[in-house]
Amino acid sequence: MAKIVLNTIINGENREFLADERDSLLEALRERLGLMGAKEGCNNGNCGACAVIMDGRLVNSCCVMAAEIEGAELNTIEGLADADSLHPLQEAFLENAALQCGICTPGFLMASKALLDENPDPSEEEIRWWLAGNLCRCTGYDKIIRAVQDSAQRINSSS
Amino acid sequence: MVATEKNKNTYKVIGTRPVRPDGTDKVTGRAAYAADTQMTNLLHAQVLRSPHAHAVIKSIDASKALALPGVKAVITAADLPDTDSDSTQKLLDNVIASNKALYHGHAVAAVAAIDVHIAEDALDLIEVEYEILTPVTDVREAMLSDAPILHPDLRTSLQATNVDTATDIETNIALHLRQERGDVENAFENSDVIIEREFETSWFHQGYIEPHSATAFWSHDGQITIWNSSQGPFVQRDSIARLLNLTAQDITVIPQEIGGGFGGKISVYLEPIAAVLSKVTAQPVRLTMTREAVFQATGPTSATYNRIKLGAMHDGTIIAAQAYLAFAAGAFPGSPINPGVSCAFGPYYFENQLIDGFDVVTNSPKSAAYRAPGAPASEYAVESTINELAERLEMDPMELRIKNATSEGKPNSAGAPFPRIGAKEVMDAVKNHPHYNSELQGDDVGRGVALGFWHNAGLESGSSATINSDGSVSLSVGSVDIGGTRASLAMQLAETLALTYEQIKPHVADTDSVPFTHVTGGSRTTFAGGWVAYELGVELREKMRQRAADIWDIDIEEVEYTDDAIIKVNSDEEKAFTFSELAKKMATTGGQISATVSINKTSQGPAYAGHIVDIEVDKDTGKVTILRYTAIQDVGTAIHPSYVEGQIHGGVAQGLGMALTEEYYYDDDGHLVNSSFLDYRMPTALDLPMIDTELVEVPNPGHPYGVRGVGEVPIVPPMPAIQQAITDATGLHIYQMPVSPRVLLEELLESENLSSNGHGTGEGRF
Repeated sequence: MAKIVLNTIINGENREFLADERDSLLEALRERLGLMGAKEGCNNGNCGACAVIMDGRLVNSCCVMAAEIEGAELNTIEGLADADSLHPLQEAFLENAALQCGICTPGFLMASKALLDENPDPSEEEIRWWLAGNLCRCTGYDKIIRAVQDSAQRINSSS
Repeated sequence: MVATEKNKNTYKVIGTRPVRPDGTDKVTGRAAYAADTQMTNLLHAQVLRSPHAHAVIKSIDASKALALPGVKAVITAADLPDTDSDSTQKLLDNVIASNKALYHGHAVAAVAAIDVHIAEDALDLIEVEYEILTPVTDVREAMLSDAPILHPDLRTSLQATNVDTATDIETNIALHLRQERGDVENAFENSDVIIEREFETSWFHQGYIEPHSATAFWSHDGQITIWNSSQGPFVQRDSIARLLNLTAQDITVIPQEIGGGFGGKISVYLEPIAAVLSKVTAQPVRLTMTREAVFQATGPTSATYNRIKLGAMHDGTIIAAQAYLAFAAGAFPGSPINPGVSCAFGPYYFENQLIDGFDVVTNSPKSAAYRAPGAPASEYAVESTINELAERLEMDPMELRIKNATSEGKPNSAGAPFPRIGAKEVMDAVKNHPHYNSELQGDDVGRGVALGFWHNAGLESGSSATINSDGSVSLSVGSVDIGGTRASLAMQLAETLALTYEQIKPHVADTDSVPFTHVTGGSRTTFAGGWVAYELGVELREKMRQRAADIWDIDIEEVEYTDDAIIKVNSDEEKAFTFSELAKKMATTGGQISATVSINKTSQGPAYAGHIVDIEVDKDTGKVTILRYTAIQDVGTAIHPSYVEGQIHGGVAQGLGMALTEEYYYDDDGHLVNSSFLDYRMPTALDLPMIDTELVEVPNPGHPYGVRGVGEVPIVPPMPAIQQAITDATGLHIYQMPVSPRVLLEELLESENLSSNGHGTGEGRF
């Protein structure tokens, strides 16, 4: 069980930490760094509950080895809000009732952020296509799609 | 207080759409779920599971695993307490197999180690010797007299009279249940039209995204604390106590935020294992299931075989109805055959009906509750038969339903009269809906319609409320919040106290902190917990009036609590407190004001739903695309309409999964071969359209605010609605669920071979 030292930037902070060489990124975030926001739903890339943004790209952290993040920049759910306010996606999810049990919510928010970063004005079809890698069992997706649409409007009208 | 259609217009908080109290934690990643539990000296556990569906466990040798550095303990069934009770033994055997593995994935041993990877390695070092037996996973095969027997001591128990089911032989049939009204045999003889059809449904898993997880600490003082993902902390506490041969007071269950349950997080799986590992090691132990284990070893709902026979007159009056329902229970008795039977004909009143139900054990995971347990399978069969009867009679399928609708005062399946229900209102709303009356356009498109019925549940609930000095009210509830019940309960307390939603601070309590509260399930939490909130509000109002009377040194009868939460004396303008003013005075006028209420109500209101779906069939691939979906439901009173809509959306999505893509694949040796989210194909965002909802509000007279419960019934109509839509699009009648692309393509190819004209065409009403 050899340990490895990893250097990365997480939500803007330089982090140096020790991980097990067998750790996935998800395990490293949760068990070594105490960042519990990314969730394990399946541990094989099917559900998206563990989604984070790595060097600007949406990844399922259960499918990335911790060793792969050396030198990388990560954005997780813990960094989505700033000190004084929630991100417009978070506001829109709350106000559109886009979450129930909430276990998939961090993954949906990170996936939605990655979408809006790339495509600020997505159609319903584009949102559904982009979010097809995230499973939600509570909402039937209806209010999630509406929340992402609402959020896109908020971001576009304020910029 | 009795809720009526009239007084709902006077509500101030009920019917609004505030943000849920747990929302901010859930969008920031701060919400603490069971698998997030961290504490000092924590160990990590893993479970070894049987690779065989049916096998005698001859021996288990853990010596090599125990020798691995970092491994702290290995336990087997031998480390759990002995019991003389057969039913307790069966529960223990499902937690960890004692002498026989009864399904692929059945737990046989567990390891605790200092690191989760070490625990994983240790599993490979445990040597188990099995004697493999022939499995049976199909419900009808399991009922045959020469089927492999799971439990040699099992005999059929009867809740039926005048049946010839043997009760003295080895069998897999645990229960034969019968409900009867009138003379069905005679009524069939007098029927103008008789239709009889057979249906099958697969195993469907609840598919919650959060795997089961429990952390246990067995202290040296004998007290056990459990942090877990639970729909019923109190019933789980009692169950754990029974399995560990302890009293409930030895155990505290602290429910964490729950990542979905849908009925599947009521049974106890991990908690006794984690507790015993903790006892052996004297350290806290965290045990989280893998997704594979969730599919293999936790409750799907029963696979079923159902046969329906209806006898009708030419005018559409159904005078005879018969159902034969066989539900696979999995490895231990206890399928949802009872509600399957009692819901089968729920939306209708038939003068003569006969229902036989069978609970049958199979080499599959023990079935668990799943959203309206039993109702989707039995009602799918009945609704599909009714749709086909409408075709035969050349009647509008909703006309046929309305003609046979049940109503207030008519008996339910058990013979008790229905209270005020919204069956007719829902049926009329479907028939009059623009969707139902719209023109369906395009090629290979079809429309389906179906109803759903569910009893809803009452049961015990308890909560306490404390008025704080700033005028806010802390509300501690015994119900775990899955679908927004912190909000819906706080809203009912706010309404009763005439306060704002923001003044109520709800909190989910542990099992030491509030009175016994039954599971979050049965669509009961907003009903029963809301009733508790109402009674708490009434009691707090009384206590505030009394406190004001004491301060003013007058009789309580002179003090009024107004609709604006002013506590005052009408005849004396000087004597008036706002709620907050009086709250501030509590400490110096007798102390803080609080109340605790527990109830056990049985006046829950039955729920009815009607769904309309338009689909398009890709005849080259067998894929069905949902074009439009409308869900209409009597919700009693919608406390928080957005969360009610959310419940309906979720139920529809799960029902569509059952109808189109979700199923368990077993190979010939009883191995579950699709235990992943990739292969157990739940609907994604791309598979569904927006789901339109129409909330019909017929208040439940058995609740202060008219609440019925809304969560379960929307899962019932999708299967039969899809079945009819496929018939409408293709002309094919398909009698199994799901109608996966594979099934539909095979049926399409077969019909092409049979028909020189190529594709069949729909002959339905649309």
